[in-house]
Amino acid sequence: MSTAFLTLLYKEMLRFWKVSFQTVAAPVLSSVLYLMIFGHVLEGRLQPFEGVSYTSFLIPGLVMMSVLQNAFANSSSSLIQSKINGNIIFVLLPPISYREFYAAYVLASIVRGLVVGFGVWLASLFFSWSGVAHPLWALAFVLMGAAILGSLGLVAGIWADKFDQLGAFQNFLIMPLTMLSGVFYSINSLPVFWQQVSHINPFFFMIDGFRYGIFGQSDASPWLSLAIVGCAWLALTVLSLQMLRRGYKLRG
Amino acid sequence: MPSIDTPAIQVRGAVKQFGSLQALAGVDLEIRQGEFFGLLGPNGAGKTTLISGLAGLQRLTAGSIQVMGHDVIADYREARRALGVVPQELVFDPFFSVRELLRIQSGYFGIRKNDDWIDELLASLDLTTKADTNMRQLSGGMKRRVLVAQALVHKPPVIVLDEPTAGVDVELRQTLWAFIRKLNEAGHTIVLTTHYLEEAEELCGRIAMLKAGRVVALDSTPNLLSRVSHHALKLRVAGLSSLPASLAARDAVLQAGGLEIPFASHSQVEGLLATVREAGAEILEVEIAKPDLEQAFIEIMEGEGA
Repeated sequence: MSTAFLTLLYKEMLRFWKVSFQTVAAPVLSSVLYLMIFGHVLEGRLQPFEGVSYTSFLIPGLVMMSVLQNAFANSSSSLIQSKINGNIIFVLLPPISYREFYAAYVLASIVRGLVVGFGVWLASLFFSWSGVAHPLWALAFVLMGAAILGSLGLVAGIWADKFDQLGAFQNFLIMPLTMLSGVFYSINSLPVFWQQVSHINPFFFMIDGFRYGIFGQSDASPWLSLAIVGCAWLALTVLSLQMLRRGYKLRG
Repeated sequence: MPSIDTPAIQVRGAVKQFGSLQALAGVDLEIRQGEFFGLLGPNGAGKTTLISGLAGLQRLTAGSIQVMGHDVIADYREARRALGVVPQELVFDPFFSVRELLRIQSGYFGIRKNDDWIDELLASLDLTTKADTNMRQLSGGMKRRVLVAQALVHKPPVIVLDEPTAGVDVELRQTLWAFIRKLNEAGHTIVLTTHYLEEAEELCGRIAMLKAGRVVALDSTPNLLSRVSHHALKLRVAGLSSLPASLAARDAVLQAGGLEIPFASHSQVEGLLATVREAGAEILEVEIAKPDLEQAFIEIMEGEGA
């Protein structure tokens, strides 16, 4: 691994760590509030999986939601800020390859997603603990989910010319896809039409696959989820690398 | 390892098109190692586009650029290692202190431990006391000096300064130029763009003038100055209420007791003074104004049409 790549990775991690109150503590608190409110209101009324309480069901969904949203926020906000401030020039002038650029931004996003997800999981221990049925499955989905959203953040950060455009990306794409992915419910509780709609949402497969890792139960086959999530990751990686290689909106 | 004969910068047929606008219209330029080179031109002439092409921030529509013999696209790693760029805009990363930024910038160039050189840079640019200060808390002049330090962390043989003294006060400007001169004396090639033509005249050994994306003049600074068609005889006079026909024919200008008469050769001075006296004027003060780069710049730009 080159020093340039390691430095860019370090800088991206240091950037979010320096404002960790905003980038780590705040999203953990939001998820804990979701857990307290939804868990309190719906506990005993819903049992999405056999032998799993609603609060226990909710926890992996919230952990994964935090991982995904924060992975996206890291790469996208870093890039748009650098572009608007003009300090993106400091990573464009040195001999950093487009692959190193991609790897550093996405890895830093994964790290932030995992740090926030871990924080949410730690806080959730006060509410419920159900163990981890298949740790490797859980790890695979959390890592791939974070990588996908880190790549998507990179694409959005490069594409957007102003914060408004990035906000639209976040509010009209990421947020609906996350909220409609079964974080708060099992899609089996939806009408057939909406179940079919959920099956074209890759976020559903990330969260459902992660739940399989935790409970050993899921709405869809974990292998199908793995295939869909893997394809989404591959597609976004190729798209990001192509944008970086061509210098799209970075090098005129 | 490039030989001593390898040009520090070689630009061949550089064309850059932005839609219907041609920012560079076929620029050819060679800058030798160790030169202090000026790149001048009015706003929109293509200076910053050329520097962006050199730094790999813009891709040329046609043509090629090499830095120390390395193509900026095909061999971008070596080309960028050989180049330090001080950008025109006052940009900074608000998350970090000066020292953190310089360490990070060193790492981007593959240098893990660079504190000795960073300390030297901080001292040379009078930033030692600000090393641990966040960039947001620095004045404009200090931010400008940090930009210079960032461009130099990897000790590049070629340094490009894109209007480095814009908004910098006189004292800091002197510090900066003394440091840049030292780097040039140590063998670094310096490429300077500036709107302060007296700076270019004082510092640069050779100058290229750009207009509408083309090089309209490229010569040593003395040769460019010699292209200016006239010196000027500046007199403070008494007893001259209007300009006599003999002086008006020489494009002389009379204004508030001051008379300015352009001339081509010093041998004409005696004759001109006699003409003034013959017109009934008393000469109180005499000054011969040498041609300066500003005159050369204006004449060359006017000569090239609008």
